[in-house]
Amino acid sequence: MKNKNLIIAALAIVTFSFASCDNSSNKSDNAGALSGNMAERAYVAPGEHDEFYSFISGGFSGQLSVYGLPSGRLFKVIPVFSQDAEKAYGYNEETKPMLNTSYGFVPWDDSHHPDISQTAGELDGRWVFINGNNTPRIAKIDLTTFETTEIIELPNSAGNHSSSFVTENTEYVVAGTRFSVPVPQRDMPIDEYKGNFKGALSFISVDPEEGHMNLEFQILMPGFNYDLSHPGRGKSHGWFFFSTYNTEEGHTLLEVNASQNDKDFIAAVNWKKIEEYVKNGGGKKMPTNYAHNVYDEKTHMATSTMKKEVVVVDPLEVPGAVYLLPTPKSPHGCDVDPSGEYIVGSGKLSANLTIHSFTKMLAAIENEKFAGDAYGIPILNFEDVMEGTVVQPGLGPLHTEFDGKGNAYTTFFISSEVVKWKLGTWEVLDRKPTYYSVGHLMIPGGNSRAPFGKYLVAMNKITKDRYIPTGPEVTQSAQLFDISGDKMEMILDFPTIGEPHYAAGIPADLLKPNSRKIFKLEENEHPFVAKSEKEAKVVRDGNTVHVYMTMIRSHFAPDNIEGIQMGDKVYFHVTNLEQDYDVPHGISMIGANTSELLIMPGQTETFTWEPKGEGVWPFYCTDFCSALHQEMQGYVRVSPKGSDVSMKWTLDDEWYDSE
Amino acid sequence: MKKSIYSLFVVFMMLCVMSCGTATQENDAQGASIEEPNNTPLGQASVVDDVSAANILQVAIGSPDHTTLVAAVQAAHIEHVLVNAGPLTVFAPNNAAFAKLPEGTVENLVKPENIATLTTILTRHAAPGSYNIEGLKKEARKGRKLYMATGDYLEVTTEGDDVFVGGAKVIASIQTSNGIVNVVEDVILPKSE
Repeated sequence: MKNKNLIIAALAIVTFSFASCDNSSNKSDNAGALSGNMAERAYVAPGEHDEFYSFISGGFSGQLSVYGLPSGRLFKVIPVFSQDAEKAYGYNEETKPMLNTSYGFVPWDDSHHPDISQTAGELDGRWVFINGNNTPRIAKIDLTTFETTEIIELPNSAGNHSSSFVTENTEYVVAGTRFSVPVPQRDMPIDEYKGNFKGALSFISVDPEEGHMNLEFQILMPGFNYDLSHPGRGKSHGWFFFSTYNTEEGHTLLEVNASQNDKDFIAAVNWKKIEEYVKNGGGKKMPTNYAHNVYDEKTHMATSTMKKEVVVVDPLEVPGAVYLLPTPKSPHGCDVDPSGEYIVGSGKLSANLTIHSFTKMLAAIENEKFAGDAYGIPILNFEDVMEGTVVQPGLGPLHTEFDGKGNAYTTFFISSEVVKWKLGTWEVLDRKPTYYSVGHLMIPGGNSRAPFGKYLVAMNKITKDRYIPTGPEVTQSAQLFDISGDKMEMILDFPTIGEPHYAAGIPADLLKPNSRKIFKLEENEHPFVAKSEKEAKVVRDGNTVHVYMTMIRSHFAPDNIEGIQMGDKVYFHVTNLEQDYDVPHGISMIGANTSELLIMPGQTETFTWEPKGEGVWPFYCTDFCSALHQEMQGYVRVSPKGSDVSMKWTLDDEWYDSE
Repeated sequence: MKKSIYSLFVVFMMLCVMSCGTATQENDAQGASIEEPNNTPLGQASVVDDVSAANILQVAIGSPDHTTLVAAVQAAHIEHVLVNAGPLTVFAPNNAAFAKLPEGTVENLVKPENIATLTTILTRHAAPGSYNIEGLKKEARKGRKLYMATGDYLEVTTEGDDVFVGGAKVIASIQTSNGIVNVVEDVILPKSE
């Protein structure tokens, strides 16, 4: 049986290859590059602003990049899960706690799926969330400062891939484990995986005012791989849908062993039901250990707290909360249309796209028509829930987004194309090749009730000859399509950082007015702030020295320091006194075993320096701040341990002593 | 060494002034063939920012005692210099100071053909660096002259609690986001004139 299936699949691949070749050559004939003014449509004149922000995941860079659309210009790389020497993120004393985990300091992760906060199912532009895949974490980025302000680690998880998607009112950020693991972790034979490993689906609440995250509960599911997920919306609000693969529960050579079943599942979770169950005292408090890291904008510092307990829920204890929808061949994307009615399963190895109906699902549940169960979780009949299929649209379907005009767009990795099809009739309307092997795609607002169906970004996995070569490693390539017409038109190629897994887009007008310009100096509550040059000082405490330093165009105060000794640990707490937009200052000291600091107006940051030799050592401003930037420098005198050189400091030769 | 950097600063400022002129010429020369985007005709002075502390230009514009100075700055097209990252100390003659000049002087200077002269006069009122009244007293105490953006050195003197720069009395010092505005009672003219 299985062999036959493979042969059919192979035949299908061959047939499609030819078919799609024909199609694409036909289409490209009638769409010359000049005929449609493509360049003009992606052109944003000097000084003009882009129409959309797009937040594109940095994949194995661990970061989140900010691009403008339609220009494809890179505006910022927001450090999230990886240290960033440019911005001192994870290097300065203030942000080191952001990268703390139960495994200690982890300076890297694999960032995947950004999702913008929503209110009533529409983008509200307050935060963007993104998941760290490797050491499971969820980060929150504040869209006024474009800085990471919170990271929460997820216990009982591994390969945090089915994340980080928000519900309609950002009640929860949801995260599913890709790799099932023993829960709790224990020393056991790997080949006893089946029936013993668990897959945790985590529901992290978001405080509607401050945005603080809290891990409310985890549903401990059978040991499948939870690949992607999306929230219900509109009529299906209150449900969440997770695609699964490896329902075979293989633990080795998954490329074969996880491809045995004809159908895997989309798990439908009624989270409102489980929320109520937990609120009424349901679930089990399980001892655990995970980090919750919060950056405080007032103190300009992060703190890391270890949490010791998590509420876990056995789905069998909440009847009617979880159902399994059979879906062909290892579905990857699990996408819900703007109305909330259709749930699209992209079976990676399937010839067709499968679309389930939420209404039909509810009816099947009502009628208690089950095909069986998996570890006690009811399985619905495929025929009862399936609404339609897009027949043979391409090869290797991955992800689907929507334009809000009744159309869906699906990426196909193997046939390297984006296919536009119609919701309800399931007919293919258009197809365009991508260069090469597209993974995710993004339409601004495409994961909401109200998409902005003007542009589509295809994020490709393979680049090859697309740009001037840069050795064996080449940047990832993205392609921008104009989807305002009946046919998709590719109007721009642009490079992206790391490997983009998904993106989130939003009209620029929704974010621009909220973007912060400066931090108010009078609101600075950093414990080592110096709010004026008069407050600058140097304080010795044993072998520790605290320098309270200020910076303003174009000098440091103090800029000469004496009395530092070998064996001291010197903390430079540096406050930028500027209250002017776009006037950061930087600082670094020769031989410092860390990065520079890049300090925004009104902000305080700290770096540590342990002198390695006696002498007089310079420091300087690292960010060209003003016409006298080159003059912005200073010296620290380092004397032998026990020296009688007194602790003193100055600006312009008026010395102060530390008594 | 320091001198060379100051000189660079002056050259930079002059270039800024000059480039204003050339940009307009280019636009004219090219005519309608390509419409050059000109959405920031005042350079950084076009930036809309009501969050940062007020800059030198904004402080001057907001002062009812400096309407003549502001008009002169606008006539000379050097608004963008006063919003530059600086740091800049501007000695801002008040309206009374301009009124002390011989009748017709200001009216003559703001004529298009006299822009270069006007620019030089105004630029002589700007010093790279940040010097408030306390800073100026220190300059006087240490016998340091103030280097102005035109290349002139002005003497800083004190009489009791009063501070004078190039003979003009400083009557107020205002911290701005990009430097200092020191209000002076006289227009600082070269000694030879």
